[in-house]
Amino acid sequence: MTDDLYRMRIKFAKGEPLKYLSHLDLSRTWERAFRRAGLPLAYSQGFNPRPRFQIAAGLPVGVTGQAELLDVWLNRPLSPAGLISRLRPVLPPGLDLLAAEEVALRAPSLQSQLRAADYRAVVRSLEPVEAIQARVQRLLAAPTLPRRRQHKGRWQSYDLRPLILEVTVKAAGEGEQVVEMRLQASPQGAGRPDELLDALGLSLAPHTIARTCLHFEFDR
Amino acid sequence: MDEILERILPTVSKPARYTGGEWNSVVKDWAAAEVRWVLAFPDIYEIGMSNLGLAILYDQLNRQGGEWVLAERVYAPWVDMERAMRAAGLPLFSLESRHPLAEFDLIGFSLPYEQLYTNVLNMLDLAGLPLLAAERDERHPLVIAGGSAACNPEPLADFVDAFVLGDGEEIVHDISGVVRQAKRAGGKSRLALLRRLAEIQGVYVPRFYQVTYHADGTVAGVRPTLPQAPMPVRKRIVATLPPPPVRPLVPYLDIVHNRAAIEIQRGCGRGCRFCHAGMVYRPVRQRPPDEVLAAVEEILANTGFEEIALLSLSASDYGPIERLVRELVTRYGEQPLSISLPSLRLESVSVALMEQLQAAGRRSSLTFAPEAASERLRRVINKPIADQELLAVAEEAYSRGWKTIKLYFMIGHPTQTLEDVAAIADLARRVRAVGQRTLGRKAQVNITVSTLVPKPHTPFQWLPLADEAEVRAQQEYLQDHLRGPGLKLSWNRYAETLLEAALSRGDRRLGATLYRAWQLGARFDGWSDQFQAEAWRQAFRETGLSPDFYARRPRPLEERFPWDHLDVGVTKEYLVRDYQAALRGETRPDCRQQCAACGILTAFRQERLRVADEAWGCPPLKAGETGTNDR
Repeated sequence: MTDDLYRMRIKFAKGEPLKYLSHLDLSRTWERAFRRAGLPLAYSQGFNPRPRFQIAAGLPVGVTGQAELLDVWLNRPLSPAGLISRLRPVLPPGLDLLAAEEVALRAPSLQSQLRAADYRAVVRSLEPVEAIQARVQRLLAAPTLPRRRQHKGRWQSYDLRPLILEVTVKAAGEGEQVVEMRLQASPQGAGRPDELLDALGLSLAPHTIARTCLHFEFDR
Repeated sequence: MDEILERILPTVSKPARYTGGEWNSVVKDWAAAEVRWVLAFPDIYEIGMSNLGLAILYDQLNRQGGEWVLAERVYAPWVDMERAMRAAGLPLFSLESRHPLAEFDLIGFSLPYEQLYTNVLNMLDLAGLPLLAAERDERHPLVIAGGSAACNPEPLADFVDAFVLGDGEEIVHDISGVVRQAKRAGGKSRLALLRRLAEIQGVYVPRFYQVTYHADGTVAGVRPTLPQAPMPVRKRIVATLPPPPVRPLVPYLDIVHNRAAIEIQRGCGRGCRFCHAGMVYRPVRQRPPDEVLAAVEEILANTGFEEIALLSLSASDYGPIERLVRELVTRYGEQPLSISLPSLRLESVSVALMEQLQAAGRRSSLTFAPEAASERLRRVINKPIADQELLAVAEEAYSRGWKTIKLYFMIGHPTQTLEDVAAIADLARRVRAVGQRTLGRKAQVNITVSTLVPKPHTPFQWLPLADEAEVRAQQEYLQDHLRGPGLKLSWNRYAETLLEAALSRGDRRLGATLYRAWQLGARFDGWSDQFQAEAWRQAFRETGLSPDFYARRPRPLEERFPWDHLDVGVTKEYLVRDYQAALRGETRPDCRQQCAACGILTAFRQERLRVADEAWGCPPLKAGETGTNDR
């Protein structure tokens, strides 16, 4: 047995085929993929040892992710290239490994470093883009946006306004609008893209949402 | 279709039930396949994905058959998805290629229990197919069903084209072959195809059998209407268990049994008299331990599962169980891998086995099924064990750190008296007292009391289901007497038990009732929160049938049953003998100690001769012998 620990950071995409997986489902999927790849996983102590890995941020069900991050701890060193070549063949369609690197064991957790997330929603709506843009302006001008959302089965009141960092709307083609948003995503609070679309009166129009980028403290 | 799905999936619970793509799923080239199956499980994804039978057939058809066969899957959509699909006009589709069910050649339903029948109808309807077999023709897929409930499939006879009796591994290839031939010949009629299928051993085509009834509603006779239709229809078995699937599907969702599974043994020779599986899955066939070990290795590498279950009807009766467990612990002890051993017998060996498998800190609960609480009644059901032994096992379990013991009992056994019911409370309390003494206040006993449902092809098939008022009174007695710290009681609702009992020994006339109940909204009858007692009551009333006639009527020994023309190998003569022995309180030893001449050896003599002596629980035959052990 060894107490050696190595920490690898993986950048991945969660695509259309897997967008309905919950955060827990995705964790389990990674865990099983790590085992299929035969990675020298480090396990937690205790009676119910779990492989040690952390996904930076949960994706809402139905949202794809284009550049997600996770850290995994190993007992033996493995080059990023070695990790990639072992993992790629055992990932299900919809889960793509984009890059891997080793990071310092003492580096702070991804969750603690996360600050914001960019989302891109494509909304099918015949409304003129200007009308939506006007609503965006009103939204951003409001000092507070009190809303209610369900969390673990219970309704909670919260203010959406401070969680919105940027919103822009562009017409993308016939009957298609693109809403790009940057939302706060930090230990202090995270904005949900579907909540913002709802606040803009767009939640009933057919749409897809992708998280395009995560912003961390260490990127700054 | 994709566009509609994209619209409705975000509106339903757990949309990943309907999107497929699981690791190890097989998506074959649709255009290149000559025979296309869709394997259908008439319950939700989380339950269907946990079913080993369907996994075995998926593996057989996709990996062990020819390249010209493909098999995809479909599960019953949950009620919210059904509503959304109907509103959007979206037909039921397969998970792999999203083809509508109507475009397949064959729909193969798994029927593990009777409460799924209305879901079969509902799925055919969601697929846009006529429900009645007689209204479907060459343009529609052939609808096939198999599984343990198919041993009396009569209530579904109007809806299903052909039933498969017994083990499915070989027969599915035979069926694929016949369908391929028919397609190549082109334009063959549905009837001609069914005639060819009826010639395959183990296939039962109900429309080729005419049932007549006495004035009192019992069966007068069953007559084949075609020379090709065998009489009786004998089930099919595999002489040796085929290699287990080593690339099982890995679900994304948290399903009921979220683990890898390997069947170590099929069939059971214990002869518990209430047990349907114990009769219809005979003979006992054991998978060699080395094959199990090799398969476990492969399965883990191919899936990444954190748990593997060794499945059988009674793990303690797998001859090399101790060697197998020891070897697994040696190989995987260092890894965080859980090995589970469901269906352990109540004996100290079981505690010793589980002790090896579960680390001290992870011992949460052990489950045992004494089924009856008095020694006398346990002899009647042929599950003999002394109270003292049972308490000793409980003590051993508590002293090694298990906090909860789960006990399964049934009420409504033949010859049961009030004392036998009182004995359940008494025994549970004594087990809890043992726990209190050994472990203190943490000791817990969870008691589940169900009501005996007499099943076809068992020694109890002549018995009436217990009376509702009596059952309620007994349940109330137990509720009153099983209060207190460390005791938890659960029980079943009578209306649901009654339906299960009526369907399991039902005849063809119940098809009308089933159809009506479905029209009135019945589905997911096995789900207490979905069960619609009133719809069923109305359906029985309107079709002029009574659940009591099927469930509650004591049946005379000479009565002809609706399933008598279906031969599972165990003879009716044997069942009569064993039933009478039960009433006299006589036990019967395990088959492997002494052959009880149940009929299996005579029925499957050829198969017995093909395999090694130790491969079956039945005694070996010498060439030329005609099954003399099996009088």
